[in-house]
Amino acid sequence: MFHFSNLVRSKGDPKIISTGPSSLTSADRLARGLGWFSIALGTLELLAPHRVTNALGMHGREGLVRTYGLRELFAGVMTLSVEKRAGLMSRMAGDGLDMVTLAGELRPSNPRAGTVLAALVMVGGITALDYMCAQDLKAQHDPRRGRKRLYTDRSGFPKGITAAKGAALPKPTRTAAT
Amino acid sequence: MKALVWHGKEDIRCDTVSDPEIEHARDAIIKVTSCAICGSDLHLFHNYIPAMMPGDIMGHETMGEVVEVGSGVNGKLKKGDRIVVPFTIICGECDQCKRGNFSVCETTNRNKHMAEKVFGHTTAGLFGYTHLTGGYPGGQAEYLRVPYADATHIKVPDGMSDEQALFLSDIFPTGWQAAAQCDIEPDDTVAVWGCGPVGQMAIRSAILLGAKQVIAIDRIPERLAMAEAGGAITIDFDKESVVSRLNELTDNKGPEKCIDCVGFESHISMAQPDSVLDRAKQMFMLENDRPHVLREIIYVCRPGGIVSIPGVYSGLSDMVPMGALMNKGLTIRTGQTHVNRWTDELKQRIEDGQIDPSFVITHTVPLAQGPEMYRAFRDKQDSCVKVVLKP
Repeated sequence: MFHFSNLVRSKGDPKIISTGPSSLTSADRLARGLGWFSIALGTLELLAPHRVTNALGMHGREGLVRTYGLRELFAGVMTLSVEKRAGLMSRMAGDGLDMVTLAGELRPSNPRAGTVLAALVMVGGITALDYMCAQDLKAQHDPRRGRKRLYTDRSGFPKGITAAKGAALPKPTRTAAT
Repeated sequence: MKALVWHGKEDIRCDTVSDPEIEHARDAIIKVTSCAICGSDLHLFHNYIPAMMPGDIMGHETMGEVVEVGSGVNGKLKKGDRIVVPFTIICGECDQCKRGNFSVCETTNRNKHMAEKVFGHTTAGLFGYTHLTGGYPGGQAEYLRVPYADATHIKVPDGMSDEQALFLSDIFPTGWQAAAQCDIEPDDTVAVWGCGPVGQMAIRSAILLGAKQVIAIDRIPERLAMAEAGGAITIDFDKESVVSRLNELTDNKGPEKCIDCVGFESHISMAQPDSVLDRAKQMFMLENDRPHVLREIIYVCRPGGIVSIPGVYSGLSDMVPMGALMNKGLTIRTGQTHVNRWTDELKQRIEDGQIDPSFVITHTVPLAQGPEMYRAFRDKQDSCVKVVLKP
């Protein structure tokens, strides 16, 4: 398989022939996907809010959509970082806000009420995905996993601590008895 | 051969790669018998250190048997020799090497132009680290090419096991240098922040160097227990105030010598609001480091004291209290470890039975399990303190 990085390796350096299993867990990958989804949605909301308001019959609320876009971008960056769970929590809080806003647009006078309902269902589904991913991450990265051991017998000093104290200090030179 | 390869943030894979080849006359190739995952590998795992590239082989704590030697090694090594490979690649000939400042060797960084732009001047080439330090393939692999092998090696004495010798590559001399550069005196209190592998070595080094008391600060029970086993008084910063407890243990004077074995990824907690702010800034690339520990050290260290920093810092740190540092007249000593400056002495201490660095190993697994062990080590699962990999 071709790997771009092989092109820049010097002659004697190893080059990838085939790749093996990754340290990324399934939850890590899902979180990454959700993070990129946030970035894409946030960019759309920030740069083209009228597309969103047109689709949902929310004319005149472009400012609100832009604010939500900014929020989505922050959540996306956090979800793509090492603190994925915090990012997912932030996404869930944002999903809640989205749902409240969408529910408010489900009025009979809105000709796009059907689209709003579909969006509500979609946000609900993604919230469930966020929640499941956050739970999986918590389980997979839980420091309580595995055996618990205390290393009370590991001094590292074969002759004991008392002998070790100051053992590296220069030995005092003996003066000849007179 | 098999090797642990960096593919991106939190993405390490056990790949099949081509074998390394002799490139220069001073190169040698070793068959790796043991290698380890270092705390600083986690900085690369998290992609905090700039200039990593997909395809980079990880690892800078490595030892093995010489299987091939270049024509310029001049008899310093021969096939069959068992060597530990120091993580700093050294030429042994430049002005800095002659002064014993091996980690700032002026010759071995093959990407000097990058290092000079970022650091002002070049530092030594390092194995399995960023391209800022040469981008040399690391030793978490079945074979490793050792550049400048005539100088970059530590011969292992007969009778010394891999487990005893391996940490001469990095964590033992790193902990030792951290303590040695504190100029420890018999009535000194030495406080060590971080009880990971380097912290454990720094604690034992401070004991050997005759500190009156050594205080270890962390929050992970098994690491604190290991520190206590090595002769330290422990402080769990989740349960008590570090500053208050340190002052209490030093008649309100503060520890004379403080060692930061944490570096730029300090623990994030609402109890340490500065760490939360640092993390937020770090996420949006407004700051590189989370220097909570450094701030705490500068605040609590006794005036006139020494601050030793073996922990890795990557770039720019905000809100470091320069006023306290200056007015208290603190001395800061830091740097990547000048490994070969210390190894003859430390090898002798192991042979004399003063210390056995293998105490820190909690997990020994095949190389293929490397990716999952990166996770376990990062998440501190299964009471993991130090992982040794066997190719």
